[in-house]
Amino acid sequence: MEKIEKANQEALERMLAADPVLVDVVPASVAIPALKDRMILHAGPPIEWADMCGPMQGAIMGIAVFEGWADDLQDAARQAAAGAFEFHPNHHFDAVGPMTGMTTVSQPLMVVENKTYNNRAYCALNEGLGKVMRFGGNDAEVLARLAWLRDDFGPAVGKALRSGDGIPLKHLIARGLSMGDEMHQRNVACSGLLLRELAPALARTSNDNEALATALAFIGGNDQFFLNVAMAMGKSIMDPVRNIEGSSVVTAMCRNGTEFGIRVSGTGDTWFTAPVEMPEGLYFPGFTEEDANPDMGDSTIVETIGLGGFAMGASPAVAGFVGAGAASEAGNFTRTMSEIATGENPEWTIPAMDYLGVPTGIDIRLVLETGLAPTINTGIAHKEPGVGQVGAGVVRAPMKCFEKALLAFAESVGVK
Amino acid sequence: MNTVILNEVRRGFYLDSVALMRFSRAIATMDGIEEAALMMASPSNRQIMADANLLNATSDDTEGGDLIIGIRAATQQAAEAALEEANQLLDQPRSSGGDSAEWRPKSIRAAVNADPDASLALISVAGDFAAAEARKALRKGLHVMMFSDNVSIADEVSLKHEARDLGLLVMGPDCGTAILNGTPLAFANKVTSGDIGLIGASGTGTQEISCLISQGGGGISQAIGVGGRDLKEEIGGITTLMALDALDQDANTRHIVVISKPPAPSVAKQVVERIAASQKSFTVCFIGADDWDLPQNAGFAPSLKSAAEHALGDTPLFADFDFAAVAKPGPAPRIRGLFSGGTLCAEAQTLFKAAGEAVASNAPIPGATDMAGGASAHALIDLGSDEYTQGRPHPMIDPGVRDAALSDALKDKEIGIVLVDVVIGYGAHEDPAGHLIESLGNMHQGDTLIIASVTGTDQDPQGRKAQISKLESAGILVAPSNADAARLALTCLQQNG
Repeated sequence: MEKIEKANQEALERMLAADPVLVDVVPASVAIPALKDRMILHAGPPIEWADMCGPMQGAIMGIAVFEGWADDLQDAARQAAAGAFEFHPNHHFDAVGPMTGMTTVSQPLMVVENKTYNNRAYCALNEGLGKVMRFGGNDAEVLARLAWLRDDFGPAVGKALRSGDGIPLKHLIARGLSMGDEMHQRNVACSGLLLRELAPALARTSNDNEALATALAFIGGNDQFFLNVAMAMGKSIMDPVRNIEGSSVVTAMCRNGTEFGIRVSGTGDTWFTAPVEMPEGLYFPGFTEEDANPDMGDSTIVETIGLGGFAMGASPAVAGFVGAGAASEAGNFTRTMSEIATGENPEWTIPAMDYLGVPTGIDIRLVLETGLAPTINTGIAHKEPGVGQVGAGVVRAPMKCFEKALLAFAESVGVK
Repeated sequence: MNTVILNEVRRGFYLDSVALMRFSRAIATMDGIEEAALMMASPSNRQIMADANLLNATSDDTEGGDLIIGIRAATQQAAEAALEEANQLLDQPRSSGGDSAEWRPKSIRAAVNADPDASLALISVAGDFAAAEARKALRKGLHVMMFSDNVSIADEVSLKHEARDLGLLVMGPDCGTAILNGTPLAFANKVTSGDIGLIGASGTGTQEISCLISQGGGGISQAIGVGGRDLKEEIGGITTLMALDALDQDANTRHIVVISKPPAPSVAKQVVERIAASQKSFTVCFIGADDWDLPQNAGFAPSLKSAAEHALGDTPLFADFDFAAVAKPGPAPRIRGLFSGGTLCAEAQTLFKAAGEAVASNAPIPGATDMAGGASAHALIDLGSDEYTQGRPHPMIDPGVRDAALSDALKDKEIGIVLVDVVIGYGAHEDPAGHLIESLGNMHQGDTLIIASVTGTDQDPQGRKAQISKLESAGILVAPSNADAARLALTCLQQNG
């Protein structure tokens, strides 16, 4: 017992000691040398083509065309079914991606470096709202935007970041929490703060006013721009927490639209998977639960570090998704998550809860003991590829993942 | 096609998207509404509303800081009704958040984090899980009261040893009653405060004695439960001995009463030695034993009532209850006892045995037979015993447990008298007398006599006097204590001849 407690304290300390800095934007082939042509990284635990949901297949078809590996979408689908591409989780290559989470060689990836442990994590740039690839969009408009990100916007942001020492992120998160963000569904404050940090460097490193204006407008017009930064940050914080012998702390949570997967520090890289659950939420006009795609994306890395659903007390509006949830009950979600966390984060505090630190270090033993699964705030995609977001809500990590994990974990520490 | 599209714009009005989505849902489900939405007029939101065919020219000239109410309905009337509702939702005064649900912790760990001053955990989960929860509580530095039963002896031993090393009390398992610093815990009664301390190995014994002491003009300093098995050899009286130490050192306790079934000899020896080493005076009530060898500072009482009388300085209780006047002839030769309290059942057995009557029970005292061998004896049954409470609430919580047994007894031609206990107080049913009378109403009582006592005080939520009145109005014979009820039953039996 004591060994596990000590190991979990070590895990918590590593999480709190992290120093994540947004340092660059580079092509995926540069960031991830092992990434080759015809390799497609996706969100969630491992999955084969035949098991993928509509949006995921739609995104793969689109990215295959974008990279020039297929003539058109039908050809891409044929090739995919025939095994012409290699599919891997983002997590296996130091990366994360929201929703479908497509990562391929030419995608510009944001680089977050954890200066304490010198590790790096990557995430693509947020495309914006509406018809986008992360929701399975794959038409000419989507691909054109990806091209603009690859050729113009990505390199511009990279240049701006390289001109300085990068943007430290922990402090930004702390400020965002006090401004109503929880970094999963609410990122508007941090997106604004990020723009304040980036704008001067973007201006200084640009020689094209029009391009600069477009870039600033692109960031300024996207309330969720910071989500992808938060995700890369989350991965950079959690990666050094992997492989602590005897630790029952969760190091990753992610979904591929079919299965939910978790990893636990003491059991290394093993995925513990179970079918994803359906979010409970509210829908945009014209859409209902019938239209919803099952839960998807690597964005649950945000809950893994104590934000998102865990920090709902900082973002009372989001509590409105669940049942009759009054905004004043948002703090209850955070308190409930405290029951399954190893400790709290003294640097990321919630003013409305008397500066309670966000619950940090999900312990699989506590999840099973209390029967409380991690609460996740998520967007809801349409189940048809390319339609886009149809709503938002709250979903729980499946208890089965934690049951499987505990059995394996018990074996790893020699308990029958 | 009569579809109506109605729009209204509120300039410069902001509300969070989630709140707007909830209002949208409320409007969209109104009569005659095909679709409806309230959204801030950002370009992407306007696109969503346009795709849903919710916009008309009214909303053409809107910007991000404006709110659009878009409604599509079958009739103009329906659309206008929905618009009015939307405006009401937007303008309603916000509740101050006063009725938000209070957060309740779901684990001992979280409860202690929320209230670090807590000093006791009261555990009543199902037996399979109780030991694990008790262990967690002990490791958080809490004393433990375990109401749960169906806990293994091995677990009880292990918990009590760990607790003793930590200087903490484990009261239980199967501990129904405690009164600590004036607070009734689990099943307990509102009694007068005073200088008599109680150590009880089971609940109803502690309840009856504390209530009788209170009615007799005395008062209780502390009532510590130790659990039904504490004085068995395997447990060794760990909690009893710790309780004796605690009450011996308590400045507010002058006299101590110990209530239990007769302990294992080795354990009794340690308890008696501990009593002898104290400067205070004691009453020892080992129910089922006729007598016990005790030191000078302790007196033996064979029943709960005599224990209360001894603790009050040998003051007789209810001396003016006229048995002969109240008694009626029992129509048949056998008495059936249906008890919710285990120790109340034991006390009745004691008195029956002392009167020379043959007694059988599912929880027999020495000298009584078990149910198998007692065809011609009076059967006094403890309905709170483990075999009756597997997966069921205790009969004191759910008096319905007694109903079937009562119905059977009334149908049995050999049984002329039914003896019951009615226990009130905190944790008990809100109206045990009322329930008993209602159940009887659905049964055929015939000539069978029903005799009861009410364990409790007038300060209890149910009110002892009120409960007695109810029972008497229904023709039930009521005695002032459980011991007196047993005696009354015997009197009725003798009157039959």
